[in-house]
This record gives sequence, structure tokens and C-alpha cells, in this order.
Amino acid sequence: MTANDARPSLNRLAETLSSLAEAFRCPALYLAVLGYALMLGFWYLTVQVLKLPRFAQMPALTDVLKEWFSRDPAYGVSIFTRIYYQHILVSLRRIGIAFALATSLGVPVGLMLGWSKTFRDYVFPLFEMLRPIPILAWVPLAIIMLPGDELPVVYLTFLASFFATALNTMLGVRSIDPSYALAAQCLGASRWRIFAEVIVPGALPFIFTGLQISIGVAWFSLVAAEMISGQFGLGYLINTSYTTVQYPTLVIAMFTLGIIGFSTSALVRRVGEALMTWRTRQLAMDGRG
Amino acid sequence: MSADQVSRGALSLDNVVKIYDPDGASVMAVDHCSLQVEAGEICMIVGPSGCGKTSLLNAIAGFHEIDGGSIRLDGQPLCGPARRQAPIGPDRVVVFQNGALFPWKSNLENIAFGPVAQGWLSRAEARERARVMMAEAGLAGYEDEYPGQVSSGLRRRVEIVRALINDPAVLLLDEPYRALDALTKSVLHEALLEIYYKTRKTIFFITHDLEEAIFLGHRVVVMTARPCRPKRIFEIDIPHPRDYSVLTSKRFREIAAEVAEAVNEEALKSFVRGEKEG
Repeated sequence: MTANDARPSLNRLAETLSSLAEAFRCPALYLAVLGYALMLGFWYLTVQVLKLPRFAQMPALTDVLKEWFSRDPAYGVSIFTRIYYQHILVSLRRIGIAFALATSLGVPVGLMLGWSKTFRDYVFPLFEMLRPIPILAWVPLAIIMLPGDELPVVYLTFLASFFATALNTMLGVRSIDPSYALAAQCLGASRWRIFAEVIVPGALPFIFTGLQISIGVAWFSLVAAEMISGQFGLGYLINTSYTTVQYPTLVIAMFTLGIIGFSTSALVRRVGEALMTWRTRQLAMDGRG
Repeated sequence: MSADQVSRGALSLDNVVKIYDPDGASVMAVDHCSLQVEAGEICMIVGPSGCGKTSLLNAIAGFHEIDGGSIRLDGQPLCGPARRQAPIGPDRVVVFQNGALFPWKSNLENIAFGPVAQGWLSRAEARERARVMMAEAGLAGYEDEYPGQVSSGLRRRVEIVRALINDPAVLLLDEPYRALDALTKSVLHEALLEIYYKTRKTIFFITHDLEEAIFLGHRVVVMTARPCRPKRIFEIDIPHPRDYSVLTSKRFREIAAEVAEAVNEEALKSFVRGEKEG
């Protein structure tokens, strides 16, 4: 046991080396590129080369790309136009507000649902009845209830997000091995300390799974809500490009949603990994890193 | 033997009864079980699967209430007619079957948890003390690793240190080495004895492993098939300190044969009834 002092730094060195080697050796990158190439190739082939009957109205790959990166786009939306970023920013702001609200309410509610039987007995039946109602079914009530264009959209986005976060947080608390709480009690921890140092960190992996789902459904409901009400936003852009037959713009908005949705998911995952180094290291040890 | 140097940690169980009532049909898990554990004794409890050994340990720890009798620690009642459930506290720390180190805390933070939770050390003091205790237990170098990063044998040792830092009167070990391979076990047995010779804590140790029981214990208590109560108590007259050469001694083999016979009778009863392992 005397050589142990060298262990952590050696471990780190080994980790860095192996991850470098992995990046070159691992086929994941090449496969990802191949996946994109196949999808774009299929699009190009069906629309522009084969000109299949049902694809006649489809915007062509080259048209979309030209429009997207054009300094002078035919339909007014490209990476060089201010309006493009305005749509993105409006959507991002709505997502930000809704997701922040859903997280700051959903996590505590979920923790309470898992932790307190009384609270669960009161709230969970109601929760389970409201949760399956599709977000689109809330649209009329949201518009009737809330003033303006902005609030209904944020509300609908919040709602879907909230249920996903609260439910996963509750499952997280319920999945904690009861030995941990008993051990903490044996070691003299108060109920409050057990909550803070056992329940919350123990539920964290589930909470972040919940947040990943939650950010996904947030984008889903945001676009649905923006297509129905609102003045700006990517969902609004999709809907108006459809009704005004500006199909390349429609596809640009779709891809933009994909890229931003992917980035927000990745951001949530990164935050989770940073908060749970114990878990990433454990998974890495088990060969699932 | 060495028990007379120790003034703390005498457990006395008097006619303890524990009844489970899962679906209307009450099942007696522990039936008028009486047992005296001396201060500083290593008392090994063996018995067939599902015999109610863990119920007994849980009653001592205060996880469950009892339905009759009383349990006292150093003469003070823990539970009895007046209070059916013992308080849970750092005087009787449990080391769990599957290990209960907090995976989100480093080994050092796990060990420092108790004193901070009880409020008798600041976080910095507790960490310092944990560091010293880890070094004494041969665990230096693993302070900042998470439990999930080290071997299961090492985790068990960290968990014992996490219990000991609270200076408990009794250590309650519930088959802590059950899932480990024989080689790891033998290392852990010697490590546990080494810690015991330094601290002389009373150890109440549940196991299925007869060799483990005889090697570690001052006494081996063989329990009956459910309901659980002592069937025979073996005084293990092999002198401490012991090391692994004991295992091949003639005396060890003789005792092992006797204990095995007593356990087998009960194991058979329990097997015939199809008890669930627990």
C-alpha cells in the first residue's frame, strides 16, 4: 500500500492517454459522418436526381444550403440576416425562462413527492391525472387564461418540462437504496442532513435524466405553441414559411431547431457530469464511460 | 479474554421477540431470544438463511421495533416494554451487507461524515482525523477516490473505518463480506482483527461462513431455524491474536466439525421449509 501516493496522478495520465488514443481509433466519428452523408445523399437523390413524384414540392438540398448561407436570401432568412437570429433568440429566451421555472419548481416538488409520503398521498393522484394530458390540449386554456402572446407560449413550454422533471426526480428519490439513509442515521445525521447529503445527491442521476427529457419536451411544446400563437420564434418561422410556401426557409428553421436542441441537451448533460464526477468516474471504471 | 480491559459495549438481549405481519399471517422471526455479549467481545452469529439473524441485528440497531423482551447496552435499556424501538445512533453503527458507503462522497468524506453530522468536529477537523485513521488502517492514497473507483474489499475496510471514527460501543456487522471471494475475505479478516486488537470494540457479526465465524469470534452462537434463538454457543478457545495459520490447526478443524454439525441440523430444517435467503 506504499505506492498509493502515485496512484491518482498516474490514473489521470492513463485516462488522458487512453482517451486520446480512443478518439483516433474509435469509429464513432467516421460513422457519424457517414450517417450524415447517407441522409443528405438520400435527400439529394430523391428530390434532385430521381425527382420522385411526391417529392416534387420538397425544397432541394442545394437550394436550402444556398439560401441558408446566402448574403442575399430569396425569402429573407439566412445566417446573414438579423431576423434569423431574432427568431432564435426569442425561442431561446422562452425555453430559458420555461426550463428555469420548470427546474426550480419541478425538482423541489419531485423531491417532496419522493421524500414525504403525506405529500405524495395528497399530490400524486392529481399529478398523475394532469400529466397524461397532451400539451396541445392545454393550448385553448393557456390562451384564455394568460394575457398576451408571450405568456401562453412560455406556460405551455413550462408545463411539459415541469412534469418530466418532477416525475423523474420523484423516481430518483424512490430508487435510492434505503441502506444509505439508515447508514446516515446510524452515523448521527439529522433528518434534514439526510435530505441534503443523501436524498438530493442520491437522486441527482435521475434528476439529470429528467432534465434531459425535460429540455427535449420543452422544445417540442415550444414549437407547437409558437405555431399557434406568437410573433417570433422558430416554430412561428416554420408555420409562416409553410403558409407562405417558402419551403427552404422552413427546412432552415427545422435544422436550426435540431442544432440548438442538440446543444441545449448537451449543455444539460455537461452540467450533470460536472456535478456528478463520482458517477462519471464510477461508470468509467465499469467500462461504460 | 481481553474483554475485561474494556468497559463499554456489553449487549444484553432478554427474551427478545420479533413478529412480522406481512399479509395478516404473523410470522415469528425471533422467539424469546436471550444472549449476553460481553464488552470487547467478538460475537459471531451463524444460522440458516432467513432464520431471523438480521431481524435481531436490526432490533439492536433500532431499525425495527421489537414485540417483546428487552435489549440493553451497558445496563441502559435500548428498547423494551416502555419503548419498543431503540433509538438509532452512533453508539451502535451498522456495516451493511451490500455496503452503504455514499457513492457521491469520496472515501475521506464518507469517513468524516459521522463526526460532522453529530457536531463534535468541524468539517476540517473531521477530515484531518479521517486522514489519520485511513493511514492507520493502511488506506492512505485512497482518500480522494470515490467508493465506486476502488475494489469491493477496500470499500469494506473504508466502511469499517467510517464506523470506528464515531467511537461506537458496538459494531454491528451484517454479513459484510458475503459477496466477496475467499482470498479477499481472508485479507479482510486479518485487517478486521488488526483493527480489533487496537480498538477492542464489541463486534456483533452475522455470517453464513463457519470458517469466518470460528476464525474471528471469541464465541460462535449457532441460531435455530426460524424462529431465531440460540441453539448452541461455542467458546472458541484458540488464543488471540490469531492469524491465518490458525485455519490449518487441529483444534480449528475439531471446532469446525462440531459447529458444522449444529448448523447443518438447522440449515436442513430451514431448507426443507424453503426459507427465502435474507
